[in-house]
Amino acid sequence: MNLTEYLKKRLTQRKILLMTHAVVGYPSLEANWEMLEMMAEADVDLVELQMPFSEPSADGPLFVKANQEALRNGIRWVDYFDLMQRASEQFAFPILMMNYCNTAFSMGYETYCDNINRNGAVGFIIPDLPLEEYGDLFESCRKQELNPIMICTPTNTKERLQKICASGSGFIYCAARKGVTGQNTELNLAAGNILQQCRQFTDLPLALGFGLSEPDDLRKLQGKAEIAIVGSALLKTWESAGKAAYRKHLMSLAEARI
Amino acid sequence: MPTQPISPDASGYYGDYGGMFIPEILRTTFDELIASFTTAKADPTFWQSYVDVMQNYSCRPTPITPLDNFAKSLGGKFQIFCKREDLNHTGAHKANNVMGQGLLVQRMGKNRVIAETGAGQHGVATATMAARMGLECTIYMGSVDVERQRPNVFWMEQLGATVIPVTEGTATLKDAINAAMRDWAESMETTHYVLGTTCGPHPFPEMVSWFQSIIGLESREQMQKLNSKLPERIYACVGGGSNASGIFLPFLDDNSVELIGVEAGGHGINSGEHAARFSGGTVGVAQGYKTYFFQNDEGQMQHTHSIAAGLDYIGVSPILSHLYDQQRIRFTSATDEEVISATKTLIRTEGIIPALESAHAFASVIEEAPQIPAGTQVLINLSGRGDKDIFNIAEAIGDKKWQKFLEQKALRP
Repeated sequence: MNLTEYLKKRLTQRKILLMTHAVVGYPSLEANWEMLEMMAEADVDLVELQMPFSEPSADGPLFVKANQEALRNGIRWVDYFDLMQRASEQFAFPILMMNYCNTAFSMGYETYCDNINRNGAVGFIIPDLPLEEYGDLFESCRKQELNPIMICTPTNTKERLQKICASGSGFIYCAARKGVTGQNTELNLAAGNILQQCRQFTDLPLALGFGLSEPDDLRKLQGKAEIAIVGSALLKTWESAGKAAYRKHLMSLAEARI
Repeated sequence: MPTQPISPDASGYYGDYGGMFIPEILRTTFDELIASFTTAKADPTFWQSYVDVMQNYSCRPTPITPLDNFAKSLGGKFQIFCKREDLNHTGAHKANNVMGQGLLVQRMGKNRVIAETGAGQHGVATATMAARMGLECTIYMGSVDVERQRPNVFWMEQLGATVIPVTEGTATLKDAINAAMRDWAESMETTHYVLGTTCGPHPFPEMVSWFQSIIGLESREQMQKLNSKLPERIYACVGGGSNASGIFLPFLDDNSVELIGVEAGGHGINSGEHAARFSGGTVGVAQGYKTYFFQNDEGQMQHTHSIAAGLDYIGVSPILSHLYDQQRIRFTSATDEEVISATKTLIRTEGIIPALESAHAFASVIEEAPQIPAGTQVLINLSGRGDKDIFNIAEAIGDKKWQKFLEQKALRP
C-alpha cells in the first residue's frame, strides 16, 4: 500500500488525521483488542502497535510500566504478530509496528520486515535507530515496500532535518518537544517551528506527537500538521477512568478532525 | 599526552561493536560532545590539566605494590604486583573518569551533571567531582540498590547531590541508565551525562577509556622501572569494562603481555545466575550501543547476578567485545564463593582490603596459579578498596559478631 497516498486521500475528507497507539500485551491482549475495536469505531486513520522491550529508554513512566507489565504477561514475538495479523484482517486502518532496535536486530532485519509485511502492517517506527545505523534495513524495507518512519525533533539542526526528511517514507514523525513520551505539551513555538522547518524539506505528510491529549490540541494543529499522534493520554484515560471513558476520549479526538 | 592504540571508526564502531543508537532528540548534544572531546583530546594542555588534577586531588600516580606474601601463599613460583587504584580519592578508579569528564563539562560551559550508579561508587565519585567543581548534581540509582547501599546514598546526599531512586524494570543499574538517558533527553542544554563506564553510545566508550588509560600508562612506566620489563600477564575485573580498558589498552600493542578480563561468575556459569556476558551473552543493541548482552532469544534483557554490584550489569564495553573477537583479551570468570575466599586471602596476607569487584581478578589468579609458568610477572588491577563495602563484605563473609553489632545498633533508641 502507498501510505502517503492513503493519507492524502484521507485528508480530502478531514482537516487532520489521528494516529493512536497501543502497547501490545498491556493491560492484556484482550484489552488491546477492545481498544482496537473502539479505534475502528472511531475511524482512526492510523494505528501504531508497540512491541514491548525491557529497556524502553525513549518512553516516559506510563509506557515504561506498560512495556514492563506486557513482558511480565509473557508477550513474545508470536503473540505480537498474531495480534497484528488479526487486527490488519479485521480493521480498515493501516498499522505501523513500533519497537526498539534490539527487536529488529535480534530477529534479523530481513525477517523483521518480512514479518511486518506478512502480518499486514505498512511500516515501522524505531525510536533508537538513527538513519546512520539503518544499514541493511533500508534495503530490506525497499524490497518489502515498507515505510520506515523517520523522527524529527526540535533540537535537530537544519542540515540534520533535511537529511532525515530525505530518508523518510510514508510520513515524517515530528516530536513536539524534548524529553520522553507521556508528558503534557503546551503547543508552543518549538512544535510550530519543527513543523515549519520540516515542511521546507519534504512533501510527505507531517505528524506531530509527544504530549498531545485533548480534542483542542487537534483543532489547534489543523493546517499545521497532517497527523496528530495521541498515545499516552489515551492509555492514561483507560487506566484512570476505564473503558467507557477511553471510548469517549477517543471519540472526542476523532470528532475534532473535521 | 596519550595516543590510543585503538580508535573507533567515524561511526563510533570498534569492529562490529559500539555505534550510536540514540534517540534523535539527543543527536545535537552528542555531536557537540564529540566535537568538544575531539578538541580536548588534541589539546596537550587538556591532558596535562587532567594529570595535574589527579595528582593534587586523587593521589596519582597510584603506586604498584609487590604482593610477595600473596604470591607465596600460591606457591611462590611467580611474582604478583598490583596497581593501587584503591588509593584514588573516593576509593576506586571511578575518580579518573569523573574528574576527566568534569574538566570537559567546564570546557562545555554546562552547570549540571547527572549520572547513573549501581553500587554507588560512580555516584559518590560524580557527586564528589560536582561538589569540587561547583556543579549541580543528580544521581539515578535503582531503588533496590538504594536499599542495599545506604552508606553511599548518605555520602552522595551529604555531597549535595539529589539521589533519585529508580523503581522501573529490575530497579538496578541498567534501569538507572535508562532513567538518566530520559533526564538527558530533556535537560541536555545545561546538563552533561557523566556515564560511568566504557559503555553506551559513542563517544562514551572512547572517552571513558581515554581517561582511564592513565592507569595503564602509569603501570607500564612503573613496571618497567621496577623490573626493567613489562609483566607477562595482566588481570582485571570486567563489569562495564572501565578499569579493564584503563589498564589493558596501553599494553595492547605489546604482544608479549597476556590480557585477562575476569567477569562475574555469580553462582557459577551453569547456574545461569551470573553476569559473564562472554559466557552467556549474545550480540544485541540496547542502551545506545551494540555489544554482547545478557538477553533472551528475543532480545529482552535478562536478570544478572553478582556478589559485586559493580559487575552486575547486562552489557560490556564494545572495545572489549571487539578485542574478545580478535582474541587479544582472554575472558574468564570467578564465582561469588571464589571471590570471598580471595578477598580473605588478600586481607590476611597483604593487609589490603579489595573491593569485591576487584577481588574477582585476584580470584582468577588464585585459580590459574597452578598453570602460571615459574618466573612469570603478574600484574593485577586493584580497581577499588573494600573497606567502604563493610556492610556487604561482612555479610558475604558471614561475620556473626558484625551481625550482632548491627542488630544491637538497630535496637538502640
